[in-house]
Amino acid sequence: MLYQTIVFAPLIGAIIAGLAGTRFGGARLPEKASMIVTTGLLFLSAILSWVAFARIGFGDAPDTTITLMRWMDIGGLKADWALKIDTLTAVMLIVVNTVSALVHLYSWGYMEDDAYKPRFFAYLSLFTFAMLMLVTSDNFIQLFFGWEGVGLASYLLIGYYYKKPSANAAAIKAFVTNRVGDVGLALGIMTIFLVFGSVEFDVVFAAIAENSDRRLDFLGLDVNAIELIAMLLFIGAMGKSAQFVLHVWLPDAMEGPTPVSALIHAATMVTAGVFLVCRAFPIYEVAPITSGFITIVGAFTAFFAATVGLVQNDIKRVIAYSTCSQLGYMFFAAGVGAYNAAMFHLFTHAFFKALLFLGAGSVIHALHHEQDMRKMGGIWRKVPWTYAGMIIGTLALTGIGMPLLGWGFAGFFSKDAIIEAAYAVGAGGGNNAAVFAFWMGLIAAFMTSFYSWRLIFMTFHGRYRSDHHTFEHAHESPWSMRVPLIVLSIGAIFAGAIFYKSFMYGYGGFWHGALPIEGGAEHAMAPTNLYAAAEGYESAGEDHGGGHHFPLWVLFSPLVVSALGFVLAFFMYRNGGTERRIAHAAETGGSPIYQFLLNKWYIDELYDVTIVRGARWLGDVFWKVIDVGIIDRFGPNGVAAFTAGASRRLSRLQSGKVFHYAFVMLIGVSILIVIGLRGFGG
Amino acid sequence: MFSDLPILPALVAIPLIGALFLAFVSRLTQADGRDQMERNAPRTALLVSLIVLLLSVVLVIDFDASNPGFQFVDEAPWLGGGIDFRMGVDGISVLFILLTAFLTPLCILASEISIKERKTDYMIAFLLLESLMIGVFCALDLVLFYIFFEAVLIPMFLIIGVWGGANRIYASYKFFLYTLLGSVLMLAAILWLYAQSGVQFADATTDMRALKNLDIPGNVQTWLWLAFFASFAVKMPMWPVHTWLPDAHVQAPTAGSVILAGILLKLGGYGFLRFSLPYFPDASVQFAPLIFTLSVIAIIYTSLVAYRQTDMKKLIAYSSVAHMGFVTMGIFAFNMQGIQGGLFQMISHGLVSGALFFCVGVVYDRMHTRDIAFYGGLVKRMPIFAAFFLLFTMANVGLPGTSGFVGEILTMIGAYQVSPWVAAGAALGMILSAMYALHLYRETIFGEQVNEKLDVITDVTGREWLILGLLAFFTILLGVYPALVTDVTAASVEQLISEFQAATAVPVEAPELAPELAGVN
Repeated sequence: MLYQTIVFAPLIGAIIAGLAGTRFGGARLPEKASMIVTTGLLFLSAILSWVAFARIGFGDAPDTTITLMRWMDIGGLKADWALKIDTLTAVMLIVVNTVSALVHLYSWGYMEDDAYKPRFFAYLSLFTFAMLMLVTSDNFIQLFFGWEGVGLASYLLIGYYYKKPSANAAAIKAFVTNRVGDVGLALGIMTIFLVFGSVEFDVVFAAIAENSDRRLDFLGLDVNAIELIAMLLFIGAMGKSAQFVLHVWLPDAMEGPTPVSALIHAATMVTAGVFLVCRAFPIYEVAPITSGFITIVGAFTAFFAATVGLVQNDIKRVIAYSTCSQLGYMFFAAGVGAYNAAMFHLFTHAFFKALLFLGAGSVIHALHHEQDMRKMGGIWRKVPWTYAGMIIGTLALTGIGMPLLGWGFAGFFSKDAIIEAAYAVGAGGGNNAAVFAFWMGLIAAFMTSFYSWRLIFMTFHGRYRSDHHTFEHAHESPWSMRVPLIVLSIGAIFAGAIFYKSFMYGYGGFWHGALPIEGGAEHAMAPTNLYAAAEGYESAGEDHGGGHHFPLWVLFSPLVVSALGFVLAFFMYRNGGTERRIAHAAETGGSPIYQFLLNKWYIDELYDVTIVRGARWLGDVFWKVIDVGIIDRFGPNGVAAFTAGASRRLSRLQSGKVFHYAFVMLIGVSILIVIGLRGFGG
Repeated sequence: MFSDLPILPALVAIPLIGALFLAFVSRLTQADGRDQMERNAPRTALLVSLIVLLLSVVLVIDFDASNPGFQFVDEAPWLGGGIDFRMGVDGISVLFILLTAFLTPLCILASEISIKERKTDYMIAFLLLESLMIGVFCALDLVLFYIFFEAVLIPMFLIIGVWGGANRIYASYKFFLYTLLGSVLMLAAILWLYAQSGVQFADATTDMRALKNLDIPGNVQTWLWLAFFASFAVKMPMWPVHTWLPDAHVQAPTAGSVILAGILLKLGGYGFLRFSLPYFPDASVQFAPLIFTLSVIAIIYTSLVAYRQTDMKKLIAYSSVAHMGFVTMGIFAFNMQGIQGGLFQMISHGLVSGALFFCVGVVYDRMHTRDIAFYGGLVKRMPIFAAFFLLFTMANVGLPGTSGFVGEILTMIGAYQVSPWVAAGAALGMILSAMYALHLYRETIFGEQVNEKLDVITDVTGREWLILGLLAFFTILLGVYPALVTDVTAASVEQLISEFQAATAVPVEAPELAPELAGVN
C-alpha cells in the first residue's frame, strides 16, 4: 500500500479540492479545507516517497511492479495500469513529491489574494498525480497517459490567469508544441509495438539484443528499427523538455503563477524527457546515431538558451532559459551514455532551480507583481531570507565547489560530472559529438554564471529603480513561503555531496540495474580521480573499470569559467553599471547581437510566419476554395440549381418543404424494392 | 435468461408504439388540451425511451461476449421469396443499440426545454428515429436493413426541416441529395446480390449471414464494393462527400445534432464492417489504399478547416469528419487493433461529440447564437459548464484517460502495421485537433468577458448537469477501462478478421490476386 498511497494521495486531494472546493455540484468546502487537504496529502506522499527511496536505494526492498488494473488488451497489445518501482522511479518520486509538497505550502502565501484557490490547488495536485503516473508506468502507453496528463495540467496552470490574453496564448502554445513532440512519441510507441509486439518495458528491453539489426521502411527510408524508435521517442522528449526547435513554449510558460513555474517548468515536468531517455536506456545504448544526435541537440540547447538568458530583463524568463539550458546538459549527459549523471543533475537541479524560482516568486510577491528586473534593485535588506536563498541557489547552479576536496554545492557535483563525462567520452576518440558537448557545456557554464549573477545584481543590489511607494512596502514573505526556501536551500547545498557516491558509483547497490553505472562508453562513468582522491574511493574506481585520469585543467575549468562569469557580471552590473546599461539599451536599442539575443534568435517570429500563418492559410483555402468553391458548387448546389429549374417546369414538387422530399424518397425506395424483388425473386 | 424472448423486435417496436400512441392522442386532443399535451408528450417520450434503455441494458448483460456469432436471433416469414424478417445482434452491433438507447433519453431531456413549438410532433419524430436506428443495428435481412437504413433519414429530415435554423431547407436538401446518390447505388448492389443468391444457392435469399458465402468474382466485387461505398462514404462522411454535414449540424436543433453525430455517422462505419469487409474482401483489400488516402486527407484537411470556423457547431462538425477518418483508417487496417479501435472510436465519438453538441446547446439556449466571437470569459459565470466543456474538449483532442484516446491510438497502431505513412499522417491530426479544440475553448470560455449581453448568462441547470454528468462519467470510464467495450466486441471482430484472412488468403484458383495481397498482409 506504500506505493499506492504515494501515487494516489495527490489524486484524492485533487478530486476533493476540484469537486467539493469549487462548488462543483453544490456542496462547497471552505477554501482553507481544500488547501489543507491537498497540501496535507502531498506532504504525506512526500514523506512516504523518502521512505520508499531509502528502502529501494539504500535498503534491501526489491524492485517491484504492482498491477492495478487492466487497461488495454487488444490482439496482443497489452497495457496495464501499473506501478513499477525501482531506483529510477524512486528518485523521481522524491523529486516530484518533495518539490510539489513545498510548492503547495508556498502557494498558501503566494496565492493569498487569489479568488480561486481550491481550483489552483486542485490543478497542482492533479499535475502531481499525472507526473507520478508517468514515472511509475511499466509500459509506454501509461507513460503516454502521464505524459499528456502533465501537459493538460501545465496547460491549465499556464493559463491560470485566464483573463490575460498572453497567458491563454502561452497555454495553447505549450500544449500544441508539446503535441508536436507527442506525435514523435506516439509514432515511437507504434514502432515499438510493430517491432517487439509489446509495449511493456520489461518485454521490450529484454528483446532488444535480438532485434538490434532489424531494419524498417519508415516513410520511404530504410532505417535501423532501434535507431528509429530511439529517435522518435527523443522527439517526444524534445517537446516535453523544451529542447532546441521545440523549446519555444517554455519561456512563454512563465505566464503561469510562479509556484507553477517552480514545480512544473523547472523541477519536474520538463525533466520528463530526460527520465524517458533514462528509462529507455537499453534502447539508447544500442542506438549510437541517435545518441550522438541527442548529445548535439542537448549541447546546443545548453549553449543557445544560455545566450538568450544573458540579456533577458524578466526575472522569470532568465530562470526559464536557464532551465532550458540545464536540461540541455542532462540530455548531452544521456547522449554520451552517462545516464546516471543525467539523473543526478535532474535530482540536484530540481532543488536549486525550484529554489531560484520560488525565490524569484518571493521577490515578485514583495514588489507587487513586478517581474522586470530593470525596475528592481537594492532590495536585499528588505528580503534577507529570500536573498540568502537566491544566493545559495545561484552558487549551486553555477557549480561552486572545490575540486580535489570533494566539497561544494549541489550543482558542482552534478554539472561537473556531466562535463567530465563528455570530456572522457570525447577523449576516448571517435565521438565528436561528445567533444562538441564538452566545449558547449564549458561555454554555457560561463554564461550561466554571468546571467545568474547579473540577475542577483540587478535584483538585489544597486539602487532601487522604480517608484518609492512600492519600495517602502516591499516586505519579506510569510513563513509559508520562507519554509520551502529554507528546505530547498538545504537541498541545494547538500544534495550533491550526500548523494554523489550513490548516483555516480552506485554505492551500496544504489541503482541495482535501473541504470548502468559505467555508461555506454567505457570509461565515462568511472569515478574521477578528483573525488576519488578526496574521499578515498580509489578502490571503487578500480572496481568500475579503472579511474579515468583527467588533466587538471578539465577538473578546474568549470570552476574557472564560473568565476570569470561572476567577475564579468560584477564589473558590468555593480556600481551603477546596471543603470548605465539600461539607459544605453533604451537609447540606442543595443547592438545587433544584443537585439538578436533579446529577440530569442527570432525563432518565434520564424514559426509565426511559416507554421502558424501557414496553417491558417491552408485552412482557409481548404474551406473557402475547395469545400465551398469546388465541392459544393459543382456538387449539391449545382445539382440543386439544375433540379430546381427542371422540377419547376415539370411539376409542383419543388414546394420547398423538406417533408416532400422525404415522402418522395420513401415512395421511390418502396417502388424500387418492389419492382426489383418481383423482377428477380418472383 | 431473456434470450428466448423477442427482445430485438421489442426494442424496435416499443419506441414505434410510443410514437404511434403520441400521434393518436395528439389527434384526439382538442384545442383546449393542447398545452397539456405539449407538456405531457416529452414525459411520455422520456418514459418510453427509458424503457428501451432498460431493455437494451438487459440485452447487453444477457449478451454472451464469448460467442462471436449472432445472438437473440428472431426470424419470421415476411415478403416471401427468401426475404424474411430476420433480426439478431453480434459484438459489432450490440453496443450501438445501447448507445442509441442511451443517447435518446438524454436528447429528449434536453429537448423538453429547448424545443418551444410543436413538441408533440418533435417527440413523435424522435421516438420514430430511435426505433429505426435500433432497427438498422438489429437487421439481419438485407432488405430489412436497407429499409431501416434509408428510412432513418426521414425523421432526421423532419427534425432538421421543421425545427431547424433559418437555413434549414438548404441543409436538408443538401443532406438529401448526397444520400440519395449513395442509396440508389447501394440498392442496385443489393438487388444484384439477391439475384446472384438465386443462382448460387438453392433458394434466393436476402439473409445477411448466408450472403457472406456468395462466391463473387473479383471484378464484380469491385463494382459492388463501390456501390456500397457510395452509400457508406456519404454517411461517414468521408472526404470529399462531407460538405453536407456542417450545414446539417448548423441547422439542426441540439438533439438532432447529437443523434446525427452520435448515431447516424456510425452507420457508414457499421456498414463497412457488416458488408464491405465480409462480402467483398478482395475488393476491400484492393481499395484499402483509397480508403487510407481519403482518411488521412479527412483528418488533416478537415482539422485545418475546423480551425478556421467561426460557428461553434461547424467547428465541431468538421472535427467529427476528422474523427471519422480515424475510424475508416482503423477498419481498413484489417487487424485487431485497427478494427477494435475503429469500433471503439465510433462509440467514444458518439459520447464525446454528442456531449460537445449538448454543450453548444447549453449556451445556444441562453444566447441564441453559436458565433464564437460572441462569447468569451464564460468561465466566470459558468464555472461548472467550463469544467464539463474542458473535459469533452480534451476527450475530443484524444487525451489519454478519456475515451477519445483509446480509439485514436488503437487505430493508429493498427494502421502503422500496414503503412507508417498513413499512421504518421493521422498522427498529425493529434496536433491539429489540439489547435482547433483549444482555440474554441479559449475564445469561448477564457479571456475577459467583454460582451455585456453575457452578464445574464447562468450556469448549467440540474437537467443539464445530469446530461453532461452522465456523458462525462462514461467518457472517463471508457478511457480508464476500455475493456467494457473491447471485451464485448473482441470475439466478433476476431471472427470477422479470421474469415477475412481466410477469404483473402491466396486462393488456388485465382493466383492473379496474389501480388496485392502480399502488399497488405
